[in-house]
Amino acid sequence: MSSLSPPAKKLWWKEPIHKSELLWISLVFVWGLVMTFMMPYWHVVGKQNLGTDTYKTTPKAFQAATEAFVEKYEVRKEGPRNYPVVAPPAGGDVYLIARLWDWWPIVELKKGETYRFHLSSLDWQHGFSLQPANINIQVVPNYEHVFNLTPNETGEYSVICNEYCGVGHHLMIGKIHVVD
Amino acid sequence: MATTTFRTCPDTGLKFFNSTENLLKANAVAAVVFLLVGGLHGLLVGMTRWQAVHLLGAEDFYMVLTAHGLNVLIFWIIFFEIAVLYFASSVLLGCRLATPKWAWAGFALMVIGAVMNNVVVLQGNASVMMTSYAPMEAPPLFYLSLILFAVGALIGCFVFFGTLVVAKNDKTYEGSVPLVTFGAITAAIIAVFTIVSGAIILIPTLLWSLGLVGEIDALAYRLIWWAFGHSSQQINVSAHVAVWYAIAAILFGAKPLSEKVSRTAFLMYILFLQIASAHHLLVDPGVSSNFKMFNTSYAMYLAVMASMVHGLTVPGSIEAAQRARGHSAGLFTWLRKAPWGNPTFSGMFISLVGFGFLGGITGVVMGAEQINLLVHNTLYVPGHFHATVVVGTTLAFMALTYWLVPVLFRREIVMKGLAKWQPYLFGLGMSGVSLFLMGAGTLGVPRRHWDIGFAATGGITHDFPAAAYTMLALNGLSVIVAVIGGAAFCVIIVGSLLFGRKLGDQKMSEQWIADPVTDEEYSANGGSAFAIPGTVVLAMVFFVSFALYYFINWKYLAETWGIS
Amino acid sequence: MSDQDQADSGEVPMMQKLLDNPFLLLFLGVASPALLYLVWGLAEIFTIPVR
Repeated sequence: MSSLSPPAKKLWWKEPIHKSELLWISLVFVWGLVMTFMMPYWHVVGKQNLGTDTYKTTPKAFQAATEAFVEKYEVRKEGPRNYPVVAPPAGGDVYLIARLWDWWPIVELKKGETYRFHLSSLDWQHGFSLQPANINIQVVPNYEHVFNLTPNETGEYSVICNEYCGVGHHLMIGKIHVVD
Repeated sequence: MATTTFRTCPDTGLKFFNSTENLLKANAVAAVVFLLVGGLHGLLVGMTRWQAVHLLGAEDFYMVLTAHGLNVLIFWIIFFEIAVLYFASSVLLGCRLATPKWAWAGFALMVIGAVMNNVVVLQGNASVMMTSYAPMEAPPLFYLSLILFAVGALIGCFVFFGTLVVAKNDKTYEGSVPLVTFGAITAAIIAVFTIVSGAIILIPTLLWSLGLVGEIDALAYRLIWWAFGHSSQQINVSAHVAVWYAIAAILFGAKPLSEKVSRTAFLMYILFLQIASAHHLLVDPGVSSNFKMFNTSYAMYLAVMASMVHGLTVPGSIEAAQRARGHSAGLFTWLRKAPWGNPTFSGMFISLVGFGFLGGITGVVMGAEQINLLVHNTLYVPGHFHATVVVGTTLAFMALTYWLVPVLFRREIVMKGLAKWQPYLFGLGMSGVSLFLMGAGTLGVPRRHWDIGFAATGGITHDFPAAAYTMLALNGLSVIVAVIGGAAFCVIIVGSLLFGRKLGDQKMSEQWIADPVTDEEYSANGGSAFAIPGTVVLAMVFFVSFALYYFINWKYLAETWGIS
Repeated sequence: MSDQDQADSGEVPMMQKLLDNPFLLLFLGVASPALLYLVWGLAEIFTIPVR
């Protein structure tokens, strides 16, 4: 009688379990509890927990909100595309548009300050990938995702798109500056 | 029903109902064809990712990547799984197949869907990746082809369930179904949920692409699509675990250490494996952290526990059988004396180790809600699933095929020397692919991305570390090794079907299926065979690796920006 | 061997009855993820407030 045939004992449920199996089952069960505990534990003590505040919006409304944000806090233009660099006050809101195929505008943040990001797409799905900080967040059209980011190093960061968005996907790159 | 005839295989004693046999052959051949097509696309993908080679242009790359994913992840795997379902029901239970006509209709739909899909994708207007995330739009025929394929597969599942009823009514077995059949039941149940979810989302999307529905909600699409896209990979897990148990029985005559433990582990799959579709939504807006934590943990990791139990009981049952047959010295004599030159064994064992160490650990670690922030949509993700679906599922299916071809087609395997090395080539090449993609992903390299050098952005660039480019080059080399291994498999199997020495009704000189280990053999030496110390040591090595890697990633996470 | 005797006679335990019933398992295997994942997830998505 092998695994290819019906069990030899008709009432196999009553057969005793071998010690080595029991030991392993107990160990992996406890390990499962540890891993189950880690996620809520990190919500309490960890500093990296992506907020899930979300609002339904429209591309038009989100674009208007972002344009107002740029108008208010623009400090200069920059780069080959002459994009506005926007420096919001510490603790303030940041609006960032994902669209085919760029991120708009360029944002300048202060190290150690917390900003309230508003992220949405004007067309298809995109992927907010902040490098080299390695923070990756899905961007979905018609939904405004609101969460806080606190930069812990100064430097020039790239925002790469890591959700496939058509033939120009690899052209989609933006910038976030972090200054002292 | 005039044609209820059975053939008894002279080598294995298995009874083949004639319709079952023909359907097994048809599904297996279709599977290998799509593996070949998809594998060659994979070669082009790997050669383009290698930045120094950068073989294809952007448009071709995205088209070929779409075709690669669909052919290997869906068509190859599901055709083979339908064959596994029919084998585990009609053949293992020794009964006729329920409604062979429906089974053929299902097969025809699957072939039409798969061919149509390839035609649509290779015309170039449907480069939307396997996920086809709305509101990115593909031509209606793209969605229709997937729906046809899925309906065909669903028919196959119901033929399987019907066959279970036939066997029960005809009393072709006593007591409970074999463990391997139970694993196939698990796969079929997950397949039903998978396909129904696919229908719920793809049918409205088809109507939307035809202009009959106004809008597809992008978040709802993601949620439901992943119930289809991720669960379909859970069909694979259940099916290849069943294949591991089958191969342990075929080569060693092994019985499960405990029917109760192995079946309960499958029950945890049935109840909880599918909710891990939430792995893909961990950095999405809109769904709460409670939803993410509960679902990504497969309900407190009960389904992970199940995989770790199978990971112990499959090699454990082999160890027990080997010890009962006299290989009882030391910790690992049973493993050293295993038939490492037999591709059915080496393929199965590499599948087991690769699935556990490379695919399993990384999957659970990146499935922790917060750790996912580090790797979501990077090359880490394809790195992970090349270990689960390719080293794990595909290699397990290849291993079984070496055994199945002589049984089913009554032809000897050709090029046995090459066959001996094939699982090593494929397994090691693909493990390299997995490792190097994960390495690049850890460095932030995005998936599905044509040019991480950003040459065409007009001067806005990002400098990935040199190590990322090295990883992609090493990935390219590994792809070549793996494709040689995969092509060798296709050549050996097709060659055997066409040119293998005909076996007819003659028994082969080699014993093709091991005699089941008897209770007397197991209980010789005071029943110590079941102590399985070697497997326990291997399991502990696995556990320590898992725990270390898990906590290293939390530490790594703690170093990035604050996010709340 | 009393274990063996026990394993060969008597009432079929409830858990074994469940595991021997593929259609009940099919129901559970579809209902469980449908409720825990699909219904829960859709309920959250459809109650997202409008800005």
